[in-house]
Amino acid sequence: MSVDFTRVKPYGDTMNDGVIQLSFTLPVPAGEEAREAARQLVAKMAIDEPQVYHMKDLGEGYTFFIVYGKCQVDVDYSRIQVPKVTSKVMDFYEINQFIREQIGRKLVVIGACTGTDAHTVGIDAIMNMKGYNGEYGLERYPEIEAYNLGSQIENEELISKALELQADVLLVSQVVTQKGVHVTNLTELVELLEAEGLRERFVLICGGPRIHHELALELGFDAGFGPGTLAPHVASYFVQEIARRERARMESRR
Amino acid sequence: MKGKLRLNQADIDRAREAARVIAADVDQYISTRTTVAVERTVLRLLGIDGIDHEGVPLPNVIVEQLLTEGKISSGAAFWVIQAMLAHRLSAQEVAEKVARGELHLLQVPPLPHEEIQREGERLAREALDLIQARRREREEWIERIGEGRQPYLYVIVATGDIYEDVVQARTAARQGADIIAVIRSTGQSLLDYVPYGATREGFGGTFATQENFRIMRRALDEVGEEVGRYIRLCNYCSGLCMPEIAAMGALERLDVMLNDALYGILFRDINMQRTLIDQAFSRMINSYAGIIINTGEDNYLTTADAVEAAHTVTASQFINEQLALLSGLPPEQMGLGHAFEMNPDLEDGLLLEIAQAQLARELFPDAPLKYMPPTKHMTGNIFKGHVQDALFNLVSILTGQGIQLLGMMTEAMHTPHMHDRQLALESAQYIFNNGRRLGEELLFRPGGRIEQRATEVLKQAGDLLQQVCESGLFTALEQGVFADVKRSRVGGKGLRGVVEKEIDYYNPLEEELRRRLGLPEREGNGNECGLYQS
Repeated sequence: MSVDFTRVKPYGDTMNDGVIQLSFTLPVPAGEEAREAARQLVAKMAIDEPQVYHMKDLGEGYTFFIVYGKCQVDVDYSRIQVPKVTSKVMDFYEINQFIREQIGRKLVVIGACTGTDAHTVGIDAIMNMKGYNGEYGLERYPEIEAYNLGSQIENEELISKALELQADVLLVSQVVTQKGVHVTNLTELVELLEAEGLRERFVLICGGPRIHHELALELGFDAGFGPGTLAPHVASYFVQEIARRERARMESRR
Repeated sequence: MKGKLRLNQADIDRAREAARVIAADVDQYISTRTTVAVERTVLRLLGIDGIDHEGVPLPNVIVEQLLTEGKISSGAAFWVIQAMLAHRLSAQEVAEKVARGELHLLQVPPLPHEEIQREGERLAREALDLIQARRREREEWIERIGEGRQPYLYVIVATGDIYEDVVQARTAARQGADIIAVIRSTGQSLLDYVPYGATREGFGGTFATQENFRIMRRALDEVGEEVGRYIRLCNYCSGLCMPEIAAMGALERLDVMLNDALYGILFRDINMQRTLIDQAFSRMINSYAGIIINTGEDNYLTTADAVEAAHTVTASQFINEQLALLSGLPPEQMGLGHAFEMNPDLEDGLLLEIAQAQLARELFPDAPLKYMPPTKHMTGNIFKGHVQDALFNLVSILTGQGIQLLGMMTEAMHTPHMHDRQLALESAQYIFNNGRRLGEELLFRPGGRIEQRATEVLKQAGDLLQQVCESGLFTALEQGVFADVKRSRVGGKGLRGVVEKEIDYYNPLEEELRRRLGLPEREGNGNECGLYQS
């Protein structure tokens, strides 16, 4: 069965069947009316033949549903272009060698969870000596001086620390967010840096479960990394970016 | 229960003895010190509440003033009670007058110590009688309408708005939850005051305030009555206001409170001296109020590797046990923490989890162990996450844990949605019911992998405790023994609030608590009863 990439639909067990599953809660008491409300809601989403397979009374006038149906819209996959971090991914040894050979000095990297976020899981996975999932964190890299400031760091504090330590790279992690506060935090950092004329001094990177490269670019960061990112992904990017910037600087001087 | 792991009793005794020495050493150090939070707690228990015209809580107003004048080292109670007697005012009236600048505590004509002491004893008895009444109330509720079976099903609400929390909590209770924890706004542990009143905005959680406690308590009592099961309420007495929130929890009949100085030191960078002093007093209050504390060892495994660092969890449980005993907290109220955090890709990882959970069970047979779900290895694949949580539930029922902090399939994605909680409760109820007596039937192969692993972790924990015992807990924390985090003795937040007690230091609440809890006067500390000697 060949796929028409200009008109892609979900696949259940037959090409273009459009099968999709949804689960959600409605603030209505469980019952046949609730079931019908769920069905109608899903039908309004351009989903045909909605089937409510599960309905559960959550109490207090709330009801949970699991619904299947057939999606009637499609997307043109052939025309999609997503900005991606294009640098080549290197391993621990290659990255250190790259820094030695192409940059010729140790890089200073500062990581922090900013704002009220107290969840350091993400930044720890990238920074901590032991790293995560078998990949060493940046603290282990001989050519990198890594400083993990931890959680609940104000943007102002991050910037002053970055100046004090003459950082090359700022890594900002945002894990737990409520009502979009991660975006506010990240935007504020960029604004502060720009206001002080410091934006170009650092390679500015953000990461977290809700971050992706495109969002990062929109917010004024140089790069963004989402779930599953390990230290080498991030380091590969910034060493190449710094090398590129230094080359550009040399050339502009000539 | 007879041990299934055939642990060596000598290994257990060695570890426990080392922890005892570590805890005694800490207690000795802190016995000569108090903190602004302890003093504010005393004032709250004397009946001071409310805020001044700038929104500063009255206990803060008074303690700040005494601190600035260098007089807090005699104990806030001394000054306030003196003023109460001299002007025939209630504690609250004194506080309000001080806040309005109509009364200066240091300008009150001095009264004989015996008189202050007599009044202090009376007020302390009154305050503790109130707490005792709340404790009885809980016992009566449970007697009358019953409670869920252990492992208790523990879920969180975290909307930031106490009224929205109430809706979520009530649905959770209807779906079978036994404990509702209101997650705190993330910044709160670092506030050196307790916010006031009902709050509707927070970050990743809702501010712990006495009014919020009251609102949630009332809601859970109502829904508990309807579902015929006492619903326990949990909040956090941790961070810089540890003992104050313990007092509020005691007064508003909270049932479970997170309380762990080590957690604050390691993960919130709170000064170790400050928080260990705060903890000792807060645990006395928890103990007397019949509140189960939850300790935070599980968090070590979010930074350190769960296989390699398993023994640090065990070691910390031993230390927490001994520190709790020094505050008169009985094992039945020690919700020692641990977690199901091993990498799911590990071959036989489940066996290691069983070994760890069973080990904790056998080392602390009377403690309602708090078992934490997978978080570090949750990925956003909710379907796999639900299975990981199912294994976690299975290990819990197999090893007889006390408090099951239910895993959410959407962990690492967002604070739980209403149906995330329902699905988690459904899974746990299914597994607990379906395998209720699994633990009674299954034995572990003598000399087998589970037994060997548990024995090894216990030995390593014993070695670590020995090492900490030789260096002292403060130095061990400076060396980064737990969770791979290093903390300085004089670093972190809150050190400014630590004060050495004067010879005439007076804390009638602690004296009465010690008396009622049957705790001895601390050795090497004549200050405790300074007033008695004068």
